[in-house]
Amino acid sequence: MMASTHTPSALPSDSATDDVAKLAAAAAAAQAAESAEAEAYEKTHVHGVYEAIAPHFSATRYKPWPAVASFLQSRPPGAVGLDVGCGNGKYLGLNPSVYMVGSDRSASLVALANSRGRQLQDQHVQGAKKRITQGELDATAGTGGESGGAAVATEVLVADGLSLPFRERAADFVICIAVIHHMSTRTRRQEAIRHLLRCVRTGEAGQPGGQILVYVWALEQGNSRRGWEEGGEQDLLVPWVLKSQQKQPKQPKQRKGQKGTQDQDTSGVAASNNSGEAPPPPPAAAAAAEATAGLTAATAKSDQGHTDPVFKRYYHLYRKGELEEDVLAAGGAVITSGYERDNWWVVAANEPLPSQST
Amino acid sequence: MKVLTLNFLTCAVKSCKSSSDSFPLHPKDAELASDDVEVNPELLVNLLPRLDWKALKTTSTELGFPQLPDSPPTIDELQSDDKLLKDLHSLLMETNLMEGKLVCGVCGHEYAVREGIPNFLLPSHLV
Repeated sequence: MMASTHTPSALPSDSATDDVAKLAAAAAAAQAAESAEAEAYEKTHVHGVYEAIAPHFSATRYKPWPAVASFLQSRPPGAVGLDVGCGNGKYLGLNPSVYMVGSDRSASLVALANSRGRQLQDQHVQGAKKRITQGELDATAGTGGESGGAAVATEVLVADGLSLPFRERAADFVICIAVIHHMSTRTRRQEAIRHLLRCVRTGEAGQPGGQILVYVWALEQGNSRRGWEEGGEQDLLVPWVLKSQQKQPKQPKQRKGQKGTQDQDTSGVAASNNSGEAPPPPPAAAAAAEATAGLTAATAKSDQGHTDPVFKRYYHLYRKGELEEDVLAAGGAVITSGYERDNWWVVAANEPLPSQST
Repeated sequence: MKVLTLNFLTCAVKSCKSSSDSFPLHPKDAELASDDVEVNPELLVNLLPRLDWKALKTTSTELGFPQLPDSPPTIDELQSDDKLLKDLHSLLMETNLMEGKLVCGVCGHEYAVREGIPNFLLPSHLV
Protein backbone atom coordinates (compact mmCIF):
# COMPACT_ATOMS: atom_id res chain seq x y z
CA MET A 1 0.00 0.00 0.00
CA MET A 2 1.21 3.42 -0.82
CA ALA A 3 0.11 5.02 2.41
CA SER A 4 2.39 2.80 4.42
CA THR A 5 5.36 3.58 2.26
CA HIS A 6 4.73 7.30 2.48
CA THR A 7 4.58 7.80 6.17
CA PRO A 8 7.95 6.60 7.41
CA SER A 9 9.91 8.52 4.84
CA ALA A 10 7.93 11.67 5.52
CA LEU A 11 8.29 11.66 9.28
CA PRO A 12 11.25 13.65 10.55
CA SER A 13 13.65 11.28 12.29
CA ASP A 14 14.23 13.50 15.32
CA SER A 15 10.57 13.79 16.24
CA ALA A 16 10.92 11.19 18.99
CA THR A 17 10.22 13.51 21.84
CA ASP A 18 7.48 13.61 24.43
CA ASP A 19 6.64 17.18 23.60
CA VAL A 20 3.06 16.74 22.42
CA ALA A 21 2.94 19.96 20.46
CA LYS A 22 6.10 19.04 18.64
CA LEU A 23 4.68 15.64 17.81
CA ALA A 24 1.50 17.18 16.53
CA ALA A 25 3.47 19.61 14.41
CA ALA A 26 5.57 16.76 13.08
CA ALA A 27 2.46 14.79 12.28
CA ALA A 28 0.96 17.77 10.50
CA ALA A 29 4.17 18.31 8.57
CA ALA A 30 4.28 14.63 7.70
CA GLN A 31 0.72 14.80 6.50
CA ALA A 32 1.43 17.88 4.44
CA ALA A 33 4.53 16.25 3.00
CA GLU A 34 2.60 13.10 2.27
CA SER A 35 -0.17 15.06 0.64
CA ALA A 36 2.33 17.02 -1.45
CA GLU A 37 4.02 13.78 -2.46
CA ALA A 38 0.72 12.17 -3.35
CA GLU A 39 -0.15 15.24 -5.38
CA ALA A 40 3.15 15.18 -7.25
CA TYR A 41 2.69 11.48 -7.83
CA GLU A 42 -0.79 11.93 -9.26
CA LYS A 43 0.45 14.78 -11.40
CA THR A 44 2.80 12.39 -13.14
CA HIS A 45 0.82 9.18 -13.08
CA VAL A 46 -2.69 10.52 -13.62
CA HIS A 47 -2.95 14.14 -14.79
CA GLY A 48 0.03 14.10 -17.13
CA VAL A 49 -1.17 10.89 -18.70
CA TYR A 50 -4.70 12.15 -19.36
CA GLU A 51 -3.38 15.33 -20.93
CA ALA A 52 -1.23 13.21 -23.24
CA ILE A 53 -3.85 10.65 -24.21
CA ALA A 54 -6.93 12.91 -24.18
CA PRO A 55 -8.06 12.63 -27.83
CA HIS A 56 -7.39 8.90 -27.99
CA PHE A 57 -8.99 8.34 -24.61
CA SER A 58 -12.00 10.40 -25.59
CA ALA A 59 -12.47 8.48 -28.83
CA THR A 60 -12.91 5.31 -26.81
CA ARG A 61 -15.40 6.82 -24.40
CA TYR A 62 -18.86 7.21 -25.76
CA LYS A 63 -20.98 4.46 -24.30
CA PRO A 64 -22.54 5.28 -20.93
CA TRP A 65 -22.50 2.77 -18.09
CA PRO A 66 -26.06 1.41 -17.60
CA ALA A 67 -26.15 2.17 -13.86
CA VAL A 68 -25.04 5.75 -14.52
CA ALA A 69 -27.55 6.22 -17.33
CA SER A 70 -30.41 4.96 -15.20
CA PHE A 71 -29.36 7.18 -12.29
CA LEU A 72 -29.33 10.22 -14.58
CA GLN A 73 -32.60 9.32 -16.30
CA SER A 74 -34.35 9.04 -12.95
CA ARG A 75 -33.48 12.60 -11.83
CA PRO A 76 -36.50 14.95 -11.77
CA PRO A 77 -36.85 17.66 -14.45
CA GLY A 78 -34.99 20.84 -13.61
CA ALA A 79 -32.62 19.09 -11.22
CA VAL A 80 -29.16 20.63 -11.11
CA GLY A 81 -26.34 18.12 -11.34
CA LEU A 82 -22.56 18.07 -11.35
CA ASP A 83 -20.26 15.62 -13.08
CA VAL A 84 -16.94 15.72 -11.23
CA GLY A 85 -14.29 14.23 -13.48
CA CYS A 86 -16.51 14.54 -16.54
CA GLY A 87 -13.80 13.58 -19.02
CA ASN A 88 -15.10 14.11 -22.54
CA GLY A 89 -18.54 14.92 -21.16
CA LYS A 90 -20.34 11.82 -22.33
CA TYR A 91 -22.82 12.02 -19.45
CA LEU A 92 -23.60 15.72 -19.86
CA GLY A 93 -26.81 16.06 -21.76
CA LEU A 94 -27.73 12.41 -21.40
CA ASN A 95 -30.91 13.54 -19.68
CA PRO A 96 -32.08 16.70 -21.48
CA SER A 97 -34.49 17.71 -18.74
CA VAL A 98 -31.78 18.29 -16.11
CA TYR A 99 -29.10 20.96 -15.97
CA MET A 100 -25.57 19.66 -15.64
CA VAL A 101 -22.18 21.21 -15.11
CA GLY A 102 -19.05 19.13 -15.63
CA SER A 103 -15.58 19.58 -14.23
CA ASP A 104 -12.32 17.80 -14.92
CA ARG A 105 -8.69 18.14 -13.94
CA SER A 106 -7.62 17.75 -17.56
CA ALA A 107 -7.95 20.93 -19.63
CA SER A 108 -7.65 18.90 -22.84
CA LEU A 109 -10.58 16.67 -21.94
CA VAL A 110 -12.64 19.67 -20.84
CA ALA A 111 -12.00 21.36 -24.20
CA LEU A 112 -13.18 18.20 -25.97
CA ALA A 113 -16.27 18.03 -23.77
CA ASN A 114 -17.06 21.65 -24.53
CA SER A 115 -16.87 21.30 -28.31
CA ARG A 116 -18.91 18.11 -28.10
CA GLY A 117 -21.56 19.98 -26.11
CA ARG A 118 -21.55 22.84 -28.61
CA GLN A 119 -22.13 20.40 -31.44
CA LEU A 120 -25.08 18.86 -29.62
CA GLN A 121 -26.52 22.29 -28.96
CA ASP A 122 -26.15 23.40 -32.58
CA GLN A 123 -27.62 20.16 -33.84
CA HIS A 124 -30.53 20.62 -31.52
CA VAL A 125 -31.22 24.18 -32.58
CA GLN A 126 -30.95 23.29 -36.26
CA GLY A 127 -33.00 20.19 -35.61
CA ALA A 128 -35.72 22.21 -33.94
CA LYS A 129 -35.73 24.65 -36.81
CA LYS A 130 -35.95 21.94 -39.41
CA ARG A 131 -38.44 20.05 -37.28
CA ILE A 132 -36.63 16.84 -37.81
CA THR A 133 -38.13 13.87 -36.10
CA GLN A 134 -37.40 13.16 -32.48
CA GLY A 135 -35.98 9.80 -33.47
CA GLU A 136 -33.29 11.30 -35.69
CA LEU A 137 -32.35 13.76 -33.00
CA ASP A 138 -32.00 11.01 -30.46
CA ALA A 139 -29.70 9.11 -32.72
CA THR A 140 -27.31 12.04 -32.93
CA ALA A 141 -27.65 13.24 -29.38
CA GLY A 142 -27.63 9.83 -27.80
CA THR A 143 -30.31 10.85 -25.35
CA GLY A 144 -33.27 9.02 -23.96
CA GLY A 145 -35.29 11.70 -25.61
CA GLU A 146 -38.53 11.62 -23.67
CA SER A 147 -38.23 15.36 -23.26
CA GLY A 148 -38.14 17.81 -26.12
CA GLY A 149 -35.82 20.21 -24.30
CA ALA A 150 -32.33 20.97 -25.46
CA ALA A 151 -29.68 18.97 -23.69
CA VAL A 152 -27.26 21.22 -21.87
CA ALA A 153 -23.81 19.76 -22.38
CA THR A 154 -21.67 22.83 -22.86
CA GLU A 155 -21.13 23.72 -19.23
CA VAL A 156 -17.68 22.52 -18.32
CA LEU A 157 -14.76 23.85 -16.35
CA VAL A 158 -11.29 22.86 -15.27
CA ALA A 159 -10.99 22.08 -11.56
CA ASP A 160 -9.31 19.75 -9.11
CA GLY A 161 -11.57 17.29 -7.28
CA LEU A 162 -10.08 18.38 -3.96
CA SER A 163 -10.59 22.11 -4.68
CA LEU A 164 -13.99 22.28 -6.31
CA PRO A 165 -15.52 25.67 -7.16
CA PHE A 166 -19.15 24.72 -6.67
CA ARG A 167 -21.52 26.60 -4.38
CA GLU A 168 -21.98 24.30 -1.40
CA ARG A 169 -25.21 22.42 -0.77
CA ALA A 170 -26.67 23.69 -4.04
CA ALA A 171 -26.73 20.69 -6.36
CA ASP A 172 -29.45 18.07 -6.50
CA PHE A 173 -27.02 15.37 -7.48
CA VAL A 174 -23.38 14.71 -8.27
CA ILE A 175 -21.91 11.91 -10.33
CA CYS A 176 -18.24 10.99 -10.08
CA ILE A 177 -17.43 8.17 -12.47
CA ALA A 178 -14.07 6.43 -12.63
CA VAL A 179 -12.24 9.24 -10.87
CA ILE A 180 -11.64 8.53 -7.21
CA HIS A 181 -9.62 5.40 -7.94
CA HIS A 182 -6.94 7.73 -9.34
CA MET A 183 -6.25 9.26 -5.91
CA SER A 184 -3.18 7.66 -4.45
CA THR A 185 -3.91 7.64 -0.71
CA ARG A 186 -6.99 6.57 1.21
CA THR A 187 -7.12 9.95 2.96
CA ARG A 188 -7.36 11.68 -0.38
CA ARG A 189 -10.00 9.28 -1.68
CA GLN A 190 -12.17 9.88 1.38
CA GLU A 191 -11.55 13.61 1.15
CA ALA A 192 -12.69 13.55 -2.47
CA ILE A 193 -15.96 11.90 -1.45
CA ARG A 194 -16.38 14.49 1.32
CA HIS A 195 -16.07 17.20 -1.34
CA LEU A 196 -18.79 15.58 -3.44
CA LEU A 197 -21.10 15.34 -0.44
CA ARG A 198 -20.54 19.01 0.29
CA CYS A 199 -21.88 19.93 -3.15
CA VAL A 200 -25.33 18.41 -2.69
CA ARG A 201 -28.29 19.70 -0.73
CA THR A 202 -28.85 18.33 2.74
CA GLY A 203 -32.17 16.71 3.47
CA GLU A 204 -34.85 18.67 5.25
CA ALA A 205 -38.08 17.63 6.91
CA GLY A 206 -39.99 15.62 4.36
CA GLN A 207 -37.52 16.44 1.60
CA PRO A 208 -34.77 14.05 0.71
CA GLY A 209 -31.33 15.56 0.25
CA GLY A 210 -29.20 15.46 -2.86
CA GLN A 211 -27.48 12.25 -3.89
CA ILE A 212 -24.05 11.38 -5.13
CA LEU A 213 -23.22 8.46 -7.41
CA VAL A 214 -19.63 7.23 -7.22
CA TYR A 215 -18.18 4.61 -9.53
CA VAL A 216 -14.75 3.04 -9.10
CA TRP A 217 -12.78 0.19 -10.58
CA ALA A 218 -13.06 -3.08 -8.67
CA LEU A 219 -10.29 -5.36 -7.53
CA GLU A 220 -12.63 -8.28 -8.08
CA GLN A 221 -12.69 -8.69 -11.83
CA GLY A 222 -13.04 -12.44 -11.98
CA ASN A 223 -14.70 -12.42 -15.37
CA SER A 224 -12.29 -10.06 -17.06
CA ARG A 225 -9.09 -11.01 -18.80
CA ARG A 226 -7.14 -8.60 -16.62
CA GLY A 227 -6.87 -11.34 -14.04
CA TRP A 228 -7.32 -9.15 -10.99
CA GLU A 229 -9.02 -10.80 -8.08
CA GLU A 230 -9.69 -10.74 -4.39
CA GLY A 231 -6.54 -10.58 -2.32
CA GLY A 232 -4.45 -9.12 -5.13
CA GLU A 233 -2.42 -5.92 -5.19
CA GLN A 234 -4.77 -2.92 -5.05
CA ASP A 235 -2.40 -0.14 -6.12
CA LEU A 236 -1.35 -0.50 -9.72
CA LEU A 237 0.05 1.29 -12.70
CA VAL A 238 -2.13 0.36 -15.64
CA PRO A 239 -0.71 0.84 -19.13
CA TRP A 240 -2.48 2.81 -21.83
CA VAL A 241 -1.11 2.12 -25.27
CA LEU A 242 -1.43 5.13 -27.51
CA LYS A 243 -1.96 3.69 -30.96
CA SER A 244 -0.45 6.06 -33.46
CA GLN A 245 -3.10 7.51 -35.70
CA GLN A 246 -0.86 8.68 -38.51
CA LYS A 247 -0.84 6.58 -41.63
CA GLN A 248 1.47 3.68 -41.41
CA PRO A 249 2.74 1.85 -44.48
CA LYS A 250 1.81 -1.49 -43.05
CA GLN A 251 -0.30 -2.07 -40.02
CA PRO A 252 1.83 -3.57 -37.31
CA LYS A 253 0.29 -6.88 -36.38
CA GLN A 254 -2.58 -6.43 -33.95
CA ARG A 255 -2.55 -8.47 -30.83
CA LYS A 256 -4.48 -11.63 -31.01
CA GLY A 257 -8.18 -11.18 -31.26
CA GLN A 258 -8.37 -7.86 -29.46
CA LYS A 259 -11.39 -5.96 -30.56
CA GLY A 260 -11.56 -2.24 -30.10
CA THR A 261 -13.69 -1.78 -27.05
CA GLN A 262 -15.95 1.06 -26.23
CA ASP A 263 -15.91 1.56 -22.60
CA GLN A 264 -13.87 2.11 -19.57
CA ASP A 265 -10.24 1.31 -19.60
CA THR A 266 -10.39 -1.78 -21.64
CA SER A 267 -8.58 -0.56 -24.69
CA GLY A 268 -5.45 0.47 -22.84
CA VAL A 269 -5.25 -2.65 -20.80
CA ALA A 270 -6.33 -4.93 -23.58
CA ALA A 271 -3.55 -3.64 -25.74
CA SER A 272 -1.00 -4.71 -23.22
CA ASN A 273 -0.20 -8.24 -22.35
CA ASN A 274 0.49 -7.70 -18.72
CA SER A 275 -2.30 -6.83 -16.40
CA GLY A 276 -0.77 -3.93 -14.58
CA GLU A 277 2.14 -3.73 -12.24
CA ALA A 278 2.79 -2.50 -8.76
CA PRO A 279 3.64 1.19 -8.58
CA PRO A 280 7.21 2.29 -8.04
CA PRO A 281 8.59 3.06 -4.59
CA PRO A 282 7.41 6.24 -2.82
CA PRO A 283 6.96 9.05 -5.27
CA ALA A 284 9.77 11.32 -4.19
CA ALA A 285 10.14 14.48 -6.20
CA ALA A 286 13.17 13.08 -7.98
CA ALA A 287 11.31 9.97 -9.00
CA ALA A 288 8.43 12.07 -10.24
CA ALA A 289 10.75 14.24 -12.31
CA GLU A 290 12.34 11.16 -13.76
CA ALA A 291 8.97 9.69 -14.63
CA THR A 292 7.95 12.93 -16.32
CA ALA A 293 11.07 12.79 -18.42
CA GLY A 294 10.24 9.21 -19.31
CA LEU A 295 6.78 10.27 -20.34
CA THR A 296 8.13 12.89 -22.68
CA ALA A 297 10.54 10.45 -24.24
CA ALA A 298 7.75 8.01 -24.89
CA THR A 299 5.76 10.71 -26.66
CA ALA A 300 8.71 11.74 -28.76
CA LYS A 301 9.07 8.19 -29.99
CA SER A 302 5.55 8.20 -31.33
CA ASP A 303 6.33 11.21 -33.48
CA GLN A 304 8.67 9.05 -35.47
CA GLY A 305 5.87 6.54 -35.82
CA HIS A 306 7.96 3.54 -34.81
CA THR A 307 6.51 2.43 -31.54
CA ASP A 308 3.19 2.97 -29.85
CA PRO A 309 3.96 4.90 -26.69
CA VAL A 310 2.73 3.44 -23.45
CA PHE A 311 1.44 5.64 -20.65
CA LYS A 312 0.90 4.28 -17.20
CA ARG A 313 -1.92 5.52 -15.06
CA TYR A 314 -2.14 4.97 -11.34
CA TYR A 315 -5.20 3.11 -10.06
CA HIS A 316 -6.40 2.06 -6.66
CA LEU A 317 -8.60 -0.99 -7.21
CA TYR A 318 -11.41 -1.07 -4.68
CA ARG A 319 -12.12 -4.30 -2.85
CA LYS A 320 -15.66 -5.30 -1.91
CA GLY A 321 -17.08 -3.03 0.80
CA GLU A 322 -14.26 -0.50 0.68
CA LEU A 323 -16.23 2.14 -1.22
CA GLU A 324 -19.01 2.04 1.37
CA GLU A 325 -16.39 2.36 4.13
CA ASP A 326 -14.96 5.43 2.44
CA VAL A 327 -18.41 7.00 2.10
CA LEU A 328 -19.05 6.49 5.83
CA ALA A 329 -15.63 7.89 6.70
CA ALA A 330 -16.49 10.94 4.60
CA GLY A 331 -19.64 11.53 6.66
CA GLY A 332 -22.04 10.14 4.09
CA ALA A 333 -24.85 7.62 4.32
CA VAL A 334 -25.06 4.80 1.80
CA ILE A 335 -28.43 4.55 0.05
CA THR A 336 -27.69 1.75 -2.40
CA SER A 337 -24.57 0.17 -3.76
CA GLY A 338 -23.63 -2.51 -6.21
CA TYR A 339 -21.29 -4.03 -8.73
CA GLU A 340 -21.46 -3.53 -12.45
CA ARG A 341 -18.98 -4.99 -14.91
CA ASP A 342 -15.69 -4.70 -13.02
CA ASN A 343 -16.76 -1.65 -11.03
CA TRP A 344 -18.16 -0.94 -7.59
CA TRP A 345 -20.71 1.85 -7.33
CA VAL A 346 -22.54 3.59 -4.53
CA VAL A 347 -25.40 6.07 -4.24
CA ALA A 348 -25.03 8.12 -1.07
CA ALA A 349 -26.32 11.25 0.63
CA ASN A 350 -25.38 13.42 3.56
CA GLU A 351 -26.34 12.28 7.02
CA PRO A 352 -29.06 12.09 8.17
CA LEU A 353 -30.60 9.79 5.64
CA PRO A 354 -33.44 11.27 3.63
CA SER A 355 -36.78 10.06 4.95
CA GLN A 356 -37.54 8.07 1.83
CA SER A 357 -34.63 6.44 0.12
CA THR A 358 -34.69 5.86 -3.57
CA MET B 1 -20.20 29.36 -19.72
CA LYS B 2 -23.83 30.28 -19.25
CA VAL B 3 -24.93 32.92 -16.75
CA LEU B 4 -26.96 30.17 -15.10
CA THR B 5 -23.79 28.24 -14.33
CA LEU B 6 -22.22 31.29 -12.68
CA ASN B 7 -25.03 31.02 -10.15
CA PHE B 8 -23.54 27.73 -8.97
CA LEU B 9 -19.87 28.71 -8.86
CA THR B 10 -17.82 30.02 -6.00
CA CYS B 11 -14.13 30.40 -5.14
CA ALA B 12 -12.14 27.14 -5.12
CA VAL B 13 -9.99 28.27 -2.19
CA LYS B 14 -10.97 26.39 0.95
CA SER B 15 -10.70 29.33 3.35
CA CYS B 16 -12.93 31.54 1.17
CA LYS B 17 -15.89 29.19 1.19
CA SER B 18 -17.06 30.13 4.67
CA SER B 19 -17.41 33.77 3.66
CA SER B 20 -20.54 34.90 1.83
CA ASP B 21 -18.38 37.34 -0.17
CA SER B 22 -16.91 34.46 -2.16
CA PHE B 23 -20.23 34.09 -3.97
CA PRO B 24 -21.03 35.05 -6.61
CA LEU B 25 -17.72 35.48 -8.38
CA HIS B 26 -17.35 38.82 -10.11
CA PRO B 27 -16.86 38.91 -13.89
CA LYS B 28 -14.02 41.12 -15.07
CA ASP B 29 -13.11 42.15 -18.64
CA ALA B 30 -16.03 40.03 -19.69
CA GLU B 31 -16.71 39.25 -23.34
CA LEU B 32 -20.19 37.88 -23.82
CA ALA B 33 -21.75 35.93 -26.63
CA SER B 34 -25.33 35.01 -27.24
CA ASP B 35 -26.39 31.53 -28.24
CA ASP B 36 -29.53 30.44 -29.96
CA VAL B 37 -31.09 27.99 -27.51
CA GLU B 38 -34.57 26.57 -27.72
CA VAL B 39 -36.77 27.69 -24.83
CA ASN B 40 -37.52 24.93 -22.37
CA PRO B 41 -40.23 26.34 -20.08
CA GLU B 42 -40.39 23.26 -17.87
CA LEU B 43 -36.67 23.35 -17.20
CA LEU B 44 -36.77 27.06 -16.35
CA VAL B 45 -39.73 26.72 -14.02
CA ASN B 46 -38.07 23.87 -12.20
CA LEU B 47 -34.76 25.70 -12.00
CA LEU B 48 -36.30 28.79 -10.46
CA PRO B 49 -36.34 27.57 -6.83
CA ARG B 50 -32.74 26.37 -7.20
CA LEU B 51 -31.38 29.78 -8.13
CA ASP B 52 -29.75 32.15 -5.70
CA TRP B 53 -31.72 35.14 -6.92
CA LYS B 54 -29.70 37.75 -5.07
CA ALA B 55 -26.50 36.45 -6.65
CA LEU B 56 -28.15 36.35 -10.06
CA LYS B 57 -29.18 39.97 -9.63
CA THR B 58 -25.59 40.92 -8.80
CA THR B 59 -24.18 39.01 -11.76
CA SER B 60 -26.73 40.44 -14.14
CA THR B 61 -25.98 44.00 -13.04
CA GLU B 62 -22.22 43.44 -13.21
CA LEU B 63 -22.56 42.17 -16.76
CA GLY B 64 -24.40 45.36 -17.69
CA PHE B 65 -27.93 44.06 -18.02
CA PRO B 66 -31.01 45.94 -16.77
CA GLN B 67 -31.68 45.57 -13.05
CA LEU B 68 -33.57 42.48 -12.02
CA PRO B 69 -36.31 42.88 -9.39
CA ASP B 70 -35.28 42.23 -5.78
CA SER B 71 -37.21 39.04 -5.51
CA PRO B 72 -37.68 36.23 -8.00
CA PRO B 73 -40.94 35.82 -9.90
CA THR B 74 -43.27 33.16 -8.58
CA ILE B 75 -43.72 30.01 -10.61
CA ASP B 76 -47.20 31.20 -11.60
CA GLU B 77 -45.86 34.54 -12.79
CA LEU B 78 -43.17 32.80 -14.82
CA GLN B 79 -45.64 30.41 -16.39
CA SER B 80 -48.17 33.05 -17.30
CA ASP B 81 -45.83 35.78 -18.54
CA ASP B 82 -44.29 34.84 -21.85
CA LYS B 83 -42.01 37.87 -22.00
CA LEU B 84 -40.69 37.24 -18.51
CA LEU B 85 -39.98 33.63 -19.43
CA LYS B 86 -38.16 34.65 -22.61
CA ASP B 87 -36.11 37.32 -20.84
CA LEU B 88 -35.05 34.94 -18.12
CA HIS B 89 -34.26 32.27 -20.69
CA SER B 90 -32.18 34.72 -22.65
CA LEU B 91 -30.19 35.78 -19.56
CA LEU B 92 -29.69 32.33 -18.03
CA MET B 93 -29.46 30.00 -20.99
CA GLU B 94 -28.39 32.08 -23.97
CA THR B 95 -25.90 34.53 -22.51
CA ASN B 96 -22.40 33.12 -22.37
CA LEU B 97 -19.27 34.42 -20.74
CA MET B 98 -16.64 33.61 -23.37
CA GLU B 99 -13.52 35.49 -22.29
CA GLY B 100 -12.46 37.34 -19.18
CA LYS B 101 -11.97 36.58 -15.52
CA LEU B 102 -13.98 35.56 -12.51
CA VAL B 103 -12.80 37.28 -9.37
CA CYS B 104 -13.29 36.14 -5.78
CA GLY B 105 -14.57 38.87 -3.47
CA VAL B 106 -12.56 37.46 -0.55
CA CYS B 107 -9.09 36.47 -1.74
CA GLY B 108 -9.16 38.46 -4.97
CA HIS B 109 -7.94 35.51 -7.00
CA GLU B 110 -8.79 35.83 -10.68
CA TYR B 111 -9.89 32.71 -12.52
CA ALA B 112 -9.30 32.98 -16.24
CA VAL B 113 -12.11 32.19 -18.68
CA ARG B 114 -11.03 31.26 -22.20
CA GLU B 115 -13.29 30.14 -25.01
CA GLY B 116 -16.11 29.86 -22.51
CA ILE B 117 -14.19 27.58 -20.15
CA PRO B 118 -13.15 28.81 -16.70
CA ASN B 119 -10.04 27.34 -15.12
CA PHE B 120 -10.24 26.81 -11.36
CA LEU B 121 -6.90 25.09 -10.86
CA LEU B 122 -5.17 26.90 -8.03
CA PRO B 123 -1.55 27.98 -7.78
CA SER B 124 0.17 25.92 -5.09
CA HIS B 125 0.16 28.71 -2.49
CA LEU B 126 -3.65 28.81 -2.54
CA VAL B 127 -4.29 25.06 -2.31
